[in-house]
Amino acid sequence: MTEALIAASDLSRTYGSRRGLFGAVTKVRAVNRVSFRIFPGETLGVVGESGSGKSTLGRMTLGVEPPDEGDVRFKGEAIPAVGTSAWRVQRASMQMIYQDPLGALDRRLPVLAQVREPLDIHSIGAPNARAQLAMDALTRVGLSPDHGRRFPHELSGGQRQRVVLARALMTKPDFLVCDEPVSALDVSIQAQVVNLLVDLQAELGLAMLFISHDLRVVRQVSNRVAVMYLGDFVELGDADDLFAEPLHPYTRALVSAAPVTARAGRSQRIVLKGEPPNPADRPSGCSFHPRCPFAIARCRTEAPALRPAAGGSGRRVACHLVDGVAAPTSLVA
Amino acid sequence: MEGSGALFRLSGLTVSFDGVTVLHGIDLAIGKGEALGLVGESGSGKSVTWLAALGLLPAKAVVRGSALLEGTELVGAAPATLDRLRGGRVAMIFQDPASALNPVLKVGRQLGEALVLHRGLSGSAIRHEARRLFDLVGIPDAERRLSAYPHEFSGGQNQRVMIAMALAGEPDILVADEPTTALDVTIQAQIIDLINTVRREMGMALVLISHDLGVIAETCDRVAVMYAGRIVEEAPARALFDNPCHPYTRGLLSSLPPLGGARRRLVSIPGVVPDPRSPPVGCAFAPRCAHVGAACVSSVPPLLGLDASRRLACVHHPIEAVVPVTRQFEAA
Repeated sequence: MTEALIAASDLSRTYGSRRGLFGAVTKVRAVNRVSFRIFPGETLGVVGESGSGKSTLGRMTLGVEPPDEGDVRFKGEAIPAVGTSAWRVQRASMQMIYQDPLGALDRRLPVLAQVREPLDIHSIGAPNARAQLAMDALTRVGLSPDHGRRFPHELSGGQRQRVVLARALMTKPDFLVCDEPVSALDVSIQAQVVNLLVDLQAELGLAMLFISHDLRVVRQVSNRVAVMYLGDFVELGDADDLFAEPLHPYTRALVSAAPVTARAGRSQRIVLKGEPPNPADRPSGCSFHPRCPFAIARCRTEAPALRPAAGGSGRRVACHLVDGVAAPTSLVA
Repeated sequence: MEGSGALFRLSGLTVSFDGVTVLHGIDLAIGKGEALGLVGESGSGKSVTWLAALGLLPAKAVVRGSALLEGTELVGAAPATLDRLRGGRVAMIFQDPASALNPVLKVGRQLGEALVLHRGLSGSAIRHEARRLFDLVGIPDAERRLSAYPHEFSGGQNQRVMIAMALAGEPDILVADEPTTALDVTIQAQIIDLINTVRREMGMALVLISHDLGVIAETCDRVAVMYAGRIVEEAPARALFDNPCHPYTRGLLSSLPPLGGARRRLVSIPGVVPDPRSPPVGCAFAPRCAHVGAACVSSVPPLLGLDASRRLACVHHPIEAVVPVTRQFEAA
C-alpha cells in the first residue's frame, strides 16, 4: 500500500462559547476525535449539516487552526508551527478553496496579478517568466488573457471561482482542501466548475478534502465519503456504495431527504424529528440518539466507536445497531 | 391552466429598472389549490415576477401588464387595496426568515398583529388562534414559545413561525420564495412536508420559487422554467422532468449530479447568463445553446402551446421533443 499523503489521527477541537454578554463560558466541541487518511490522487468527501464541524476539520487538516488533541501528518511529517519558514515551504504544496471567491480575491488588483502572487511569494520560476505562467494557469481553468486584465467584480461567480482555483494550483500543490467550493454557484455553472475540478485532479494527480453539504456534488467528485454529525465521523466508505446503501441511521435519513427529480428510485423518505442539537450541549452516549428512530437504551449511555461494518467493503460505521450480524434491512421499522 | 377559472393570472407582466428590462412579458395563471413551481437560476426573474405582481418592488421599478386576483387588478392598485390583499388573500414567505421577523418583538405579538389585521380578532381570541397556528406548523410547547423572540428560534423554527404568520390571514394562495434554501437538508425535508400538509388541509394554492429542481419536483403539480426574464417552458411537473423539451431545461436537468447509479461526466451548459443591459437579439439562450440556428438569432421565439398542457418557447420544437436528453447532449 502506498503511503498516505495526509494522516490525521484523533483530531479534536474545542471552542469556548459565551451564552449572552456575561454568561459563563461553555465548551463547544466542534470536532471530536476524528481520524482519516488521504492517499495521493484521492478525494475524501465530507458531508454534514451546518455546525457538524466539517469546516473546522478542513482548517485543522491544513494546519491553519491548531488541533487541541491529535495531529496531522503530511507525507509522514508533522505540520510545522504556523509562521515558520518550514511551514511556508509545506504550505506551497497544500492549498485551500473557499465558498466565497469574492472574499478570497483582492478587489483592487487585476486577477492576473493575484494568480501570479504565489509564484513571487514562493520564488517559483524566473521573475520574467511568471506572468506567462500565470496566463497559462488562467487558460487551463478556461479563462482568456482578457479575463486576466479584469478586476474580480467584473467577473461572474463561476469565473471568480476559476481564478481562485488557478491561483491555488500555481504552486503545484499535492493537496487541496475545498470548503463548499460550488455552493454559491447556479446549477449550470456548478456543473462547469465540478467538471473542471475533476479534470484538473486527474491531470495533476491532486489529493482533495472536499467539504460540502450537497450530497450530489460530493458523490460526483469523491472516491470515499465521510459523514459528520456533531463533530463525529458517523460513517465512512466508498462514495458510490455509501450513497447506494447507507448504513448509519443519520446517513440513511440524509440520503432519503435529498430531493430527487426522478419518479423511479424514490424510497420512503425518512423525515428526522427535531433539529441537530446544540454542540455546546452534546447528548450523552451517541450524539444522534435524540433524533434517531431506532435508538435503544444503550445508545443513550454509550458512545459508539467508528468500526468496520459487515461485508468487508472498507465501510466504517459508528452505530450500535449496525454490526456484523444485523443486516441494514433489519433497521427498517 | 387555461380558461377563466384561474385564481391568479399574470398577463404581459413587464418590469424594468432604470430603463433596463428584466422581465419581458410574463403570462402565467394559477388555479385554486394548485401548486405551481417556478425554476430558474439567479437573475432569471422568478422572484421579481411575484414581487412585481404583489406591488413589493421599490418605486423606481416600472411595472407594466396585469396581475389579476379573481378580477381585482393588482398592478397600480391603491395601497389600501394591496394592504388588504397581501397577507389576507395572498401570503408570501421568503428565504431568510430571521430577517423577515422583527427581532425586538416577541413572535406571539407579530403573529397576533397579522390576526388583528386580516381576521379582525381581538382579546383572548388572538392568543387562542395564535396557539392553534403554532400547533398547526409543528412548534412544540406553543404557549411558552409565543413569548419568545426570533433569536431564540433556530432557522427551521423561524421558518415555521413565518409559515404560521402566512397562514394567519387564511390565504387562498401562498407564494414561497426559496423557503428552504437557507436550511439544512433534514430540516428542509421537514419544512417541505409541512408546506405540503397545510396546503392540502387548507386547500390553498402554492407558488414555489426555487432553484432546486428536486424540491420543485416533489412539491409541484405544474412547473414554469424561467430564463433571462422569460418563461421558456411550462408543463405538468411529471411531464417536464420525464421529457424536458427546451434545451435550457434539458441542460439544467443534466447539470444535476445523480445521487445513484453510474457516475457520468456532468453535462454543463457552456457560458453564462446574458447581461440584461445588453440582451442578445433573438432567443436569450441562443449563445449557450448547442442547437442554435439562423432562426434562433433573428427573433425571440414566442411561448406557444405544445399540447393542451404544455407551452414551449423554442423554434426547434417539436423535433427536439422526441430526442432523448442524454443522446442529444452527447452528440453536442
